[in-house]
Amino acid sequence: MARVVVDVMLKPEILDPQGEAVLGALPRIGVNGVSSVRIGRRVELDFDDDATDLERQTRIIADKLLANPVIEDFHISVAAEDAA
Amino acid sequence: MTSRFNVVVDSVGVASATPDEKQPYAELGLKEDEYERIRDVLGRRPTQSELAMYSIMWSEHCSYKSSKVHLRQFARKNPKTDRLLAGIGENAGVVAVDDEIAVTFKVESHNHPSYVEPKQGAATGVGGIIRDILAMGARPVAVMDSLRFGDADHPDTARVLPGVVDGVGHYGNCVGLPNIGGETVFDPSYQGNPLVNALSVGIMPRRRLQSMQASGVGNAVILLGAKTGRDGIGGVSVLASATFDEDGDADSRPSVQVGDPFTEKLLIESCLELFDAGLVVGIQDLGGAGLTCALSETAAAGDGGMHVDLERVPLRAAGMEPHDILASESQERMLLIVDPAHAETVLKRAHRWGLLATEIGTVTDSGRLVVDYHGQTVVDVPPASLADEGPVYERPIAEPNDRALVAVDRAETLSRPSGDDELRQTVLDMAASPNLCDRTWVTEQYDSSVFGNTVLAAPHDAGVLRLDERTGVGIAISLDGNGRYARLDPYSGAQSALAEAYRNVATTGATPIAVTDCLNFGSPEDPHVMWQFERAVTGIADGCERLGIPVTGGNVSFYNQTGREAVHPTPVIGVLGVIDDVRGRIPVGLGEAGDTIALLGTTAEELSGSEWAWAAHRHLGGVPPKVDLDHEMKLAELLARLASTEQIAAAHDLSEGGLSQALVEAIMRSELGAQVLLPEGVDPFTYLFSESTGRVLIVIPRGQEVAVRGACEQRGVPITPLGVTDSSTDGLHLRDHFDITRDDLAAAWKGRIGAGLGE
Amino acid sequence: MSGVVPEERRDRGTGARVGVVTFPGSLDDRDAARAVRLSGAEPVSLWHDEAALRSVDAVILPGGFSYGDYLRCGAIARFSEVMGLIADAAKSGLPVLGVCNGFQVLCESHLLPGALVRNAHLRYRNRPARMRVETAKTAWTRAYGEGAEVVFPAKHGEGRYVADEATLDELESAGRVVFRYLDNPNGAMRDIAGVCNEAGNVVGLMPHPEHAVEALTGPSTDGLGVVASVLAHLNEGAVR
Repeated sequence: MARVVVDVMLKPEILDPQGEAVLGALPRIGVNGVSSVRIGRRVELDFDDDATDLERQTRIIADKLLANPVIEDFHISVAAEDAA
Repeated sequence: MTSRFNVVVDSVGVASATPDEKQPYAELGLKEDEYERIRDVLGRRPTQSELAMYSIMWSEHCSYKSSKVHLRQFARKNPKTDRLLAGIGENAGVVAVDDEIAVTFKVESHNHPSYVEPKQGAATGVGGIIRDILAMGARPVAVMDSLRFGDADHPDTARVLPGVVDGVGHYGNCVGLPNIGGETVFDPSYQGNPLVNALSVGIMPRRRLQSMQASGVGNAVILLGAKTGRDGIGGVSVLASATFDEDGDADSRPSVQVGDPFTEKLLIESCLELFDAGLVVGIQDLGGAGLTCALSETAAAGDGGMHVDLERVPLRAAGMEPHDILASESQERMLLIVDPAHAETVLKRAHRWGLLATEIGTVTDSGRLVVDYHGQTVVDVPPASLADEGPVYERPIAEPNDRALVAVDRAETLSRPSGDDELRQTVLDMAASPNLCDRTWVTEQYDSSVFGNTVLAAPHDAGVLRLDERTGVGIAISLDGNGRYARLDPYSGAQSALAEAYRNVATTGATPIAVTDCLNFGSPEDPHVMWQFERAVTGIADGCERLGIPVTGGNVSFYNQTGREAVHPTPVIGVLGVIDDVRGRIPVGLGEAGDTIALLGTTAEELSGSEWAWAAHRHLGGVPPKVDLDHEMKLAELLARLASTEQIAAAHDLSEGGLSQALVEAIMRSELGAQVLLPEGVDPFTYLFSESTGRVLIVIPRGQEVAVRGACEQRGVPITPLGVTDSSTDGLHLRDHFDITRDDLAAAWKGRIGAGLGE
Repeated sequence: MSGVVPEERRDRGTGARVGVVTFPGSLDDRDAARAVRLSGAEPVSLWHDEAALRSVDAVILPGGFSYGDYLRCGAIARFSEVMGLIADAAKSGLPVLGVCNGFQVLCESHLLPGALVRNAHLRYRNRPARMRVETAKTAWTRAYGEGAEVVFPAKHGEGRYVADEATLDELESAGRVVFRYLDNPNGAMRDIAGVCNEAGNVVGLMPHPEHAVEALTGPSTDGLGVVASVLAHLNEGAVR
């Protein structure tokens, strides 16, 4: 089994209300000194052993389905064998 | 961060010293003569920031340069009324409900952004209209949405519709406003260009009416709300790429804005608190054109000038240039004009709500809008040249040459169902058709009850809100359009939409008092589109004059087209009415068993442009149903009377789908059945599916029949008894023709929209 | 008897003070206050950022989207000034009701077990919810007959009640399932719409009793029973 991880993040220019909300809450739990919080989505894909061309296929999945290219970027990392 | 600035700013000084520098005015959408005019106004070339501001303020969207000459009809023909406290030209029209309470309402489009990013596009459309209402001094109390998509089964509709509904719902639900009604329409003409029109309504004590004037020399200019980022900079980014293209990343800047309804909710509460404390001299929301629009409009409306230090604007993104800051469309921001003695209090109160508030400038008597950036002047203009003195065009107008052909291609000649079985099946097929089937899939994604004042919401004819728990005074609003009628005849189609919204309000027992409109058309550079526009505006203006209710404001959306194909001309009309006591409101339904069902109005053979012609034959041609505004006024007066004397148990306006659909919907809203006998001698098909205007299905409580008939005769409104409501009838019994059980009706009518989306 | 209720307020009932908390993003605070008023008690507003309970006899955490609910619903409200006091007072018997977002806050604060997650159908849905009152032995349901059917509007995107099997079994056997859906609108485990703590003074539910208090604006007036219950509870002066 081969694991590929896709991280989907809002593009840097796009407002992230979720991150802002967490940032605003940090002082409430006594943490200061954090200047920015951005929250994204981690997607783990487990390919069958005989699957090939993982990165290209993942790119298709990410581009067409996992990310909204209008407002989001994604980053693909192919984990080591049996990463789980 | 602020000290990082080391790029040479295109200041006024630089602009004067480099008069011949080439500027990308064409890329920004300015014509050569418009650019020359800017140079004339300034006596030099504009700076980049100024060029950005002029290109925004002189755009069609902000300047109404193509529509202005026609919209003047509204002011000219508007009936005089003491109720109108603020009208066209303000953020939203304000009308008095009684001696103490006023309401403000407006409908606005967010069509193009909703196609690019359906959820955020629709959400920010709702957010924008809510801020318009807030800027008048009102607490927003409800929203409505008028949505138009391509064919129901087109794959792209499955992308756009759920996103738009999610966006409208998400924003409204999170900001805490009930959605009280609207419409969802499918037609291939909107395939590449959906229409997303959002309405908001607000309530205020009359004395709290706010102004957008930056008056009072020395007053502070405060920016309240979200940080400013690169949202929606789109067009203006050519300035960056044209001049600073060495960094190469300027092209990918998104023009999509993301809304934050939570911040909007805080803005609402904070602004209302500031209004009530008397701390606000002037206020303007930051909408489509951001600071550019808010600064120039408040300065132009005030009595002097304004000075702004742009580096004080809190930024969300690094490396923003002055023109980016001025053009940013970041959401959830308001501009306040405040007495300097109160500035500290205002900032403190805003912070209590967790909002950023920053003093960014002062009101001056210079007569100029001056914007400095780290001490260098980047803008120095007469504010009125931006806000009020933009170009005005009299675009060429030409009647389309297919008019005569379209008019003779009548739906009345199409083949019709023959025999009772086919007639019965047509009732079911129509109930199941995309434009007539149950809208629950959409409306149950919206909160309708927050605030606890929603008396009626979709699927009733109009949304009804209680405004005052002590007196029961309330308002009713309906939002309607019919692009097919307007395609066949824009003048009468626009009046049809007006008449329907007016009638819907009256059908709930309210008295219509004011109008807002959202005019969705193709390119104004197409003389045929301009003809449609001129006819529709004239239709609305004439109609409002006749009905005695003013147009209080609205919005024009041009360039709704894919390639050369424009959408159907689609004026969407919102009518607002008052009802003295909402306990007297009339719902859709069938009342109690044994009540009488009757039809008000006259049914003619009018099938052209109808839902039946479209659903059964994909036919659009002929002459749309005639509009009789005098009759509509009598009808409205009658309904208000019957509501106040409790002589009416339920009512439902007849529109798309005619009597057949009105009966289906009334039955579905009730637990009773309907026994119906059509009048002698009528053609059952025509009677069931004609879309003649000015008709309302009413349910009369037992014992009131004579009184109601008398009230109708007194006013010259035709009334035709059609049957009775009945607990032993299961569904619809059309005597001598057919029976349809409740289960069969429900199976046809319910669940179609979700099913069409694979749910 | 708990020490949270001052002596001079012992003669409660219609004179009771019911606090309604406003977090940034609370939406139904006014409506909860209306429900309190219609029931003959006095609504008292409590501000999230002030450590003051203002001598209230009971507290309602209203619906809405506290702090925007961007991370997890209710996750941030838990850390507000006022929640610290409410949590302490609840442990000493102060009646606390959480509705919708308020229920989520109570779960995030661990005053109630379980969690509320995204609806099984993944959409926000607004529908009248038919429910059965499973127990009348809580501070907020004693005015109902056990097994009574009530209809409140349910409107949420994240209202599916989940907990591990052991917790669910414990809730069932201890009679701590307070409201149960008759037509489960969100995929909640065991059709659970509302639960209470062991003492029965803290109740959370997703549907909105405060939007079922007037025939004119709601699907029923069943919601009046919730405030009536707490007033009866206070009148009796009994905290179990």
